[in-house]
Amino acid sequence: MGELRAYAAIFTGQWRSVASYRTSFVVDLLTNLGATVVDVATVLVLFGAAGSVAGFTLTEGLLIVSLSSCGFAIADFAVGNIERLQTYVRSGTMDAVLVRPLGALPQLVLMDLPLRKALRVLVGVGVLVAALRLNDIDWTPARVALAVLTPLAGALFFGAIFVATASLAFWWVESGQVGSAFTYGGRDFTAYPLPVFEGWFRALFAYGMGFGFVAYQPALTLLGRPDPLGLPAVAGFLSPLVALIATGAAAVVWRAGIRHYRSTGS
Amino acid sequence: MSVITMRGLRKDFTVRVRAGRLRREKRTVAAVDGIDLTVAAGEMVGYIGPNGAGKSTTLKMLTGVLTPTAGEVSVCGLAPVPQRTRLALSIGVVFGQRSQLWWDLPLRDSFSLLRHIYRVPAGAHAARLRRCRSLLDLDGFLDTPVRQLSLGQRMRGELTAALLHGPSVLFLDEPTIGLDVVSKQAVRSFLAELGATGDVTLVLTTHDLADIERLCERLVVIDHGRVVHDGTIEALHDRYGSRRRLVADLDTPLPPGFTVTGAELVAVEADGHRVSFDLLSSSAGAVVAQLASLASLRDLSLLEPDIEDVVARLYRS
Repeated sequence: MGELRAYAAIFTGQWRSVASYRTSFVVDLLTNLGATVVDVATVLVLFGAAGSVAGFTLTEGLLIVSLSSCGFAIADFAVGNIERLQTYVRSGTMDAVLVRPLGALPQLVLMDLPLRKALRVLVGVGVLVAALRLNDIDWTPARVALAVLTPLAGALFFGAIFVATASLAFWWVESGQVGSAFTYGGRDFTAYPLPVFEGWFRALFAYGMGFGFVAYQPALTLLGRPDPLGLPAVAGFLSPLVALIATGAAAVVWRAGIRHYRSTGS
Repeated sequence: MSVITMRGLRKDFTVRVRAGRLRREKRTVAAVDGIDLTVAAGEMVGYIGPNGAGKSTTLKMLTGVLTPTAGEVSVCGLAPVPQRTRLALSIGVVFGQRSQLWWDLPLRDSFSLLRHIYRVPAGAHAARLRRCRSLLDLDGFLDTPVRQLSLGQRMRGELTAALLHGPSVLFLDEPTIGLDVVSKQAVRSFLAELGATGDVTLVLTTHDLADIERLCERLVVIDHGRVVHDGTIEALHDRYGSRRRLVADLDTPLPPGFTVTGAELVAVEADGHRVSFDLLSSSAGAVVAQLASLASLRDLSLLEPDIEDVVARLYRS
């Protein structure tokens, strides 16, 4: 209980600091809202122009992109700002975090919770609900569970990627935008039906790294469509498992990173 | 009872050094190269050394920020890195350059947030804050956002922040760096008072030897990651041959071929009217008596050795 109150205090500190710059907070909030709308619109424009993409209609495509963007928005809101770890490592703020009686990762996340991204989550959920209603889905208890679990597992999966790639900063302070290739790059990959991609690239990202299970496979199972690439319908239910594996891997990388932390001069 | 134990403590860093146009070589540098030290409860230890000697690295290993490459370390009976969060509850840390305060919030808010982070009962927190407020004179700027505080005010805030949970060990990394004379005095007398209670073990690094002379009985000099001196300031003088100097003004020069035992003649000035001796023993009386029997004395002065000189010599050697 005391610990929760302590984490709440870290969050309160952040919230009050943000609130001391009101106008810039509101501007940030609206800019972020715009960015999410653009993300979804990009995919819709593609489908709109082409009619169907790799055998998927506009509404089916909308379901895939909304599952992906909803999961991503939650992850980006919850742990996205861990990207700033490199700044903290460089400036030594990490030292101050490590001398407090609380876990380092939850502190960093709460110290920097991007409240301006909160609206993105709402938009993401809204688009997903619309996509679920626009498609002709044969609702069963398993499909209801899948519709709820998929964005959450996606959030966990993207969160793990955020943490693992940010941890690079412990070894390599100038890790720059390497992480973005996997976070934002991964989100864009998951926004499209898999048959759009080809060869080793598809094999590596979709199955090797698990991006295929974030939105594409669950969407097929929700729609009751067979996978043109041949995986059975049960593959749609694998996303929580894939997310847990990714989370475990990210935890290992994060721990190793903390041990490797070098701090900076005095 | 020892509060801090270090045995063979070591920290290596790999650095990449440019070798040629594109090639870079990896080199291992020992920032801390085998330190053995114990600190007893209630001690006040000053840690000095040139830049890059390994002072901060040692402090960071003691506080659980850095993982040692080799060796053993224990603080308050805990292993700093594996038991970092437990240890954090019993130590206070002031890193001169790293703030524990919320930049955009009034000082008062930072203190109340820290109360929750360290899970301090309201009564104990209020009592400690009251004491710091009066000793450090915080009342004038408690409601000012930290970003608008002067360095001296902020440092007083940092000290308070580090003490509100009642730590048994306080680590201070250059607590007086960049402060003006008045703020330095305020910080020093506060720390002296804190140390005098004997409840808190104090370990501080500094470049300002006045901090050590004022606060610490025990002085640890570190250079190239090794302890080169551990003891009192007096022991440092004894060991490095810094002696007290006796300067005598005479009415007549000393007779040729004179002998003075227990002192060494180092200078003769003003046609023999001023002579300087380094005292070899601790007593100046015997030397003064010998001088008085040799010539008529007009004036005498005794100069204490300058610790800055000693340390400068130590760094160079």
